[in-house]
Amino acid sequence: MSMETIDLLKERFADAVEETHNFRSDHTARVKREAWLPVATFLRNEAGFDMWIDLTAADYQGREEGLPRFEVICHLRRMKDGARIRIKARLPESDPSIDTLKTLWKGADWMERECHEMYGIDFKGHGDQRPLLLYAEFVGFPLRKDYPIGRRQPRIPLLGSEERRFSRPEDETPHGHLPEDKNNG
Amino acid sequence: MGIEQKLAGVDFIATRAEFFINWARKWSLFQYPFVTACCGMEFMSTMCSKFDLARFGAEFPRFTPRQADFLIVVGTVSHKQAPILRRVYQQMCLPKWVIAFGACASSGGFYDNYATVQGIDKVIPVDVFIPGCPPRPEMVFDGFMKLQAIIQAEKLDTHTVENKYRTLP
Repeated sequence: MSMETIDLLKERFADAVEETHNFRSDHTARVKREAWLPVATFLRNEAGFDMWIDLTAADYQGREEGLPRFEVICHLRRMKDGARIRIKARLPESDPSIDTLKTLWKGADWMERECHEMYGIDFKGHGDQRPLLLYAEFVGFPLRKDYPIGRRQPRIPLLGSEERRFSRPEDETPHGHLPEDKNNG
Repeated sequence: MGIEQKLAGVDFIATRAEFFINWARKWSLFQYPFVTACCGMEFMSTMCSKFDLARFGAEFPRFTPRQADFLIVVGTVSHKQAPILRRVYQQMCLPKWVIAFGACASSGGFYDNYATVQGIDKVIPVDVFIPGCPPRPEMVFDGFMKLQAIIQAEKLDTHTVENKYRTLP
């Protein structure tokens, strides 16, 4: 059934479908990003994929010469028979933008916001790409491969090591060897 | 309770003020549970009847920091949340104590990434760290009894504003 959908896609968007595969009913089609919205519209309105499952991205920085850096991945499901399909599109680093699918599935709204703040993908026509999980002061895109793993962006000044414990100048006992409390039993 | 028999015929007891006040404080901690993550399940177990932290006098969770003197931070604290935690701490009246419950609250746990504070001691001062992912209630009791020992050993001026309530950055 879903194979038919892929065949339909290949037939209907012959120029746009770049690659398909089917691994144990895990149907995938990679399309040109210009065809992202038409393909999604077709899947929803004609092929009956009415349930939005997920949207994410992948950063393939430095994986292969000439390969576009980003890939946006979207999972859909057809409630009638439980069929699933995954569509992907590759985006170059110079212009990581793609059409929004918020107009087709309301569920796409927050996932595109998350994808925007984590990977810096620009969803054209979304209109409200405020940070969803991060905070407004956050600079950069933490799930990109070139975000330094140790970089922290605290919102308040953090304590230095000498301020982190309650000061007990009178308490000479080292931590872990507390005075025996005879009234504790 | 038995105290009536033990004290039969006793009209007054002499003790040291410091000892008595600390004794009273350590057996009636009013907690503010700052529960953010999966450690909360073990916290619930600690609080409920099978283990029952109420046996140690820390029975009432107060859901306003102004009525609490014992902040128990349970779970991962993200940088997004850190200002909230500090504000809660600052709203608590003196005297006050803090326990970091579990690996994440103590050190960030295995979340060594952009989002997670590497231990709540970077946000507020901490008295006792309880390790474990999550710690079993027995470990929580052990940590709690260590806190009670700390309280019992305190001097009366430990909780002056200069000594304990520093202005946090």
